[in-house]
Amino acid sequence: MSDPQPILELRNLYAGYGETEILHDINMFVGSHEVVAIIGPNGAGKSTAIKAILGLLNIRGGEILLDSTPITNTPPEVAVTKGISYVPQTHNVFVNLTVQENLEMGAWTMRAGIEERIEKMYALFPDLRDKRRQAAGSLSGGQRQMVAMAKALMVDSKVLLLDEPTAGLSPKYRGEIFETIQKINATGVPIFIVEQNAKQALGIADRGYVLVDGSNRFTGTGAELLADREVARMFLGGRD
Amino acid sequence: MWASFGFEFVNFYLIPGLVLGCIYALGAIGITLTFGILRFANFAHGEVMMTGAYLTWTISTLAGLWLGWSLHPLIAAVPAIFAAIGILILIDRYFYKPFRNAPTIMVVMASFGMMLVVRSTVQFIWGPNQLTFVKGIDKPNEAVRQFTADLDLMILVPNKHFWIMAGTVIIMLCFTYLLERTRIGKAMRAVSDSPDLARVTGIDVEAVVRATWVVGGFCAVAAGVFLAMDIQFLETTMGFRMLLPMFAAAILGGIGRPFGAVFGGLIIGLAEELSAYPWIGDAPLISPGYKTGVAFTIMIIMLIVRPSGLFKGRTF
Repeated sequence: MSDPQPILELRNLYAGYGETEILHDINMFVGSHEVVAIIGPNGAGKSTAIKAILGLLNIRGGEILLDSTPITNTPPEVAVTKGISYVPQTHNVFVNLTVQENLEMGAWTMRAGIEERIEKMYALFPDLRDKRRQAAGSLSGGQRQMVAMAKALMVDSKVLLLDEPTAGLSPKYRGEIFETIQKINATGVPIFIVEQNAKQALGIADRGYVLVDGSNRFTGTGAELLADREVARMFLGGRD
Repeated sequence: MWASFGFEFVNFYLIPGLVLGCIYALGAIGITLTFGILRFANFAHGEVMMTGAYLTWTISTLAGLWLGWSLHPLIAAVPAIFAAIGILILIDRYFYKPFRNAPTIMVVMASFGMMLVVRSTVQFIWGPNQLTFVKGIDKPNEAVRQFTADLDLMILVPNKHFWIMAGTVIIMLCFTYLLERTRIGKAMRAVSDSPDLARVTGIDVEAVVRATWVVGGFCAVAAGVFLAMDIQFLETTMGFRMLLPMFAAAILGGIGRPFGAVFGGLIIGLAEELSAYPWIGDAPLISPGYKTGVAFTIMIIMLIVRPSGLFKGRTF
């Protein structure tokens, strides 16, 4: 498979919180139409990599490119306007707002066509249509994830960043979320996903990166990583 | 029944309690919004009420002197509201904005300082003595008296109380519409819900902060003018004296919950007035001198029993 055109690229990135450096010389990219998964053990810096893209922490070296334009240290409210959609791991919906109001807030930076976008989201997430007048806080964990993703997609997304979208969900909802991710990807939005459930994530990913201690350890297509014995031994709970 | 009990209870306790409750409710809205969106307890909020009342007095006095108009305080309050909001926006820009990412306790202390600055400035300009806001005794509303007298229930609502209650209801309706139906109102609720998520969603948090000062300032000036209409005089500590019951109202309703603050304000106002009713025997249950203690007691009980308030607000 030839390398696709990179939409989002992390080049020789060093980053961390305050004085602590967590990411050391990270290189990753997401190509157009790709689903790319970051997997790795707890504390490997998976979520940190996503937060670095959003400008939520200190970047000490290297750069982040969106469509070949540097966006290193862009504050989050500006990153949104450039087409970076982000779904945090927790607290990712406004619990006191209704589903519909959450979507409207997602479209804050958009000036027109908000109604059509909301309709598009209800087509993509049909369960949400019936719940649109309900407070997002009253929904189940899986449905909240749907609201969070729909809210993030209300802008013209160039890439969707998902931080552990299935954490704490039942297996049934996990499957639904992964199906939804594939559905979103099919609409042409590249997806960068951080996941604990490595097996399922690699199952739907075009490519994957394995992070250990804040550094790139393995890189390959989803299938290659799934088949790799060392990756399997370390993260997938395999016994062979 | 009405003659022996109801007349006195309704006219001398219930209606004044509701009026006081309206004033607390309007003041508590600003406190709870500032707490929810800017995340600090604003000690200077009472001074906004007081300054608004002084500005209103000045505008109606100047209109009388220069133009020979006698403006109703509610009309003079309109330009006063604009002026007060302008001052608040400037204070936010140059005083609170540098504190935006500072620890909460620093901003609380800063607001305490701002309270002293505002009060001293008002004392410097208008002097430390009481000013007469409205002269004379306000007569009960004749239409209400007539109407209820025909039903054998004589209700005496002074005109000023009538205006205060009507004004509060109108402001509440506008406020509800703003929060529930407008883009900026929904964004205010979103930021109050989670400022971090609001930021990564791309919401213009600074615009929301300005809207918070506008709405909080509007309600505070209205509360200040209503208070001045009720007590008919002005003094520089009038806002500060309202601060404790307004905090009690905000806590009772749940911090960050504007409708909770309205409800809490009405409860505190009623509790303060009704505590002086002779429930047992002929003497007031609690001497009116201890009215403020009632609000304080409710606040303490609430913080111990249910710190999130009646409507599940934020706890710290």
